Amino acid sequence: MTPSDPRAVFIEELIAVAPDLEAATIDDNDHLQNELGLDSMDFLRLVSALHKRFDLPIPESDYPRLASPAKAVTYLVEKLAT
Amino acid sequence: MSTFTMPSLGADMEAGTLVEWLVKPGDKVTRGDTVAVVETQKGAIEIEIFESGVIGELLAEPGQTLLVGAPLARLGDQEINVPAAAAEPEPQPEPQPEPEDPRRVQASAVPAAVPTKPMPAATTGTVLASPAARARAAELGLALDGVVGSGPGGAVLLADVERPEQARQAVTFEPATDRPRGKPGLDLSEMRRAIATAMSRSKRDIPHYYLSHEIDLQSAQDWLTDTNAVRTPDQRLLMGAMLIRATVKALAKVPELNGRFETDSFAPSGPVHCGLAIAMRGGGLIAPAMLDAQEKGLDAIMEAMRDMVARTRTGLLRNSEITQGTITISSLGESGVDALFGVIYPPQVALVGFGAPRPRSMVHDGAVQPRIAVTATLAADHRVSDGRRGALFLAEIDRLLQEPEAL
Repeated sequence: MTPSDPRAVFIEELIAVAPDLEAATIDDNDHLQNELGLDSMDFLRLVSALHKRFDLPIPESDYPRLASPAKAVTYLVEKLAT
Repeated sequence: MSTFTMPSLGADMEAGTLVEWLVKPGDKVTRGDTVAVVETQKGAIEIEIFESGVIGELLAEPGQTLLVGAPLARLGDQEINVPAAAAEPEPQPEPQPEPEDPRRVQASAVPAAVPTKPMPAATTGTVLASPAARARAAELGLALDGVVGSGPGGAVLLADVERPEQARQAVTFEPATDRPRGKPGLDLSEMRRAIATAMSRSKRDIPHYYLSHEIDLQSAQDWLTDTNAVRTPDQRLLMGAMLIRATVKALAKVPELNGRFETDSFAPSGPVHCGLAIAMRGGGLIAPAMLDAQEKGLDAIMEAMRDMVARTRTGLLRNSEITQGTITISSLGESGVDALFGVIYPPQVALVGFGAPRPRSMVHDGAVQPRIAVTATLAADHRVSDGRRGALFLAEIDRLLQEPEAL
């Protein structure tokens, strides 16, 4: 099963690994590490969650494409369409 | 029959607020079981019971703020009847002797190790005071009855003792409300205060020396990339796990960096309870310890890191993780700077720092090449070790990271 709204799912999983972030204050162009303060373990937990939700492999070489919510949604939409 | 008391989670902790009981009278508990959640300067912490038995009467209510050492519950050896109200008189806690010898004062000012031997509840004579305040007052030669307490029930807290004399007037004890929160149960200004206390103590008491060493991580990075390529994200490893594994293994060669300096002497530790500095969004950091890290392989270390970071962010840490560390590792991760020079977390005697791994020009096989490298630093306690041993330790970490498949 693939969720229909990648952005909503992405934000939901982002909040799950960083519960002190507020969905309303997250800008789509915020850098996950620099602006939203995720460390490498937070990021990996997010990737793990997205892997489970979307059933996508998300190799390490694709990590740069998940640098912000906007980039990540583009990436997810692209991968889900293929 | 014994009394389970509010544990100390560090020299700076004076009181904690009981958030909830995880047990009820009559429940059987085994040493190490979590029995209550207590809100402290380090956030809400799950408190483990220090001995096995059966929970008797609960002596504290959720919402109550209690001094370290105050009774929380009675613990029986076996089945006991929950007493009706006012069954027996409150056990009078043993008064803590005023230390006379300055060496002893120093000793008691060191953070309480493990709450297995809870400090006696804070009453000497009639002055209510936290153990930390009591120790500091003795150190300063200050009579506690001359100090106005700002703690629960007018108890004298460390801050009251350390306040300049003219300002040692009444201040109000502010209940924890309306404060900025990074996560539920965490008061960032309180955490800042806890960090300030611990780091001031470190800089006052520990003669630090520092070493720095650049380590070629290219082999480790290549091995990691290959390993992760065939793993799903939830099984992947981080470079941080490799750095921890190498550090823990290297301690076997230089064991005097692993342990605790308490009661005027260093006690090396067999097990490596490896504290991991985890930054909190919004400020502050906490360094819960990965217990018995020496027994964990790379995958087990990674799993323990995942669990600890997840609980730091969204769940609860346990008091053993907060109090039992024997060394700390601080790793800046991918987006940090080149090197960090740590402040040792007392009563530990060493802190290992890793900067951000990044490509650097290094000489490899006789030619200058771009290689991923990291700067490893050691801050260590000169009362216990010397630079020569510290250097051996960093060199051993380097050697181990050159053979990643053997980690």
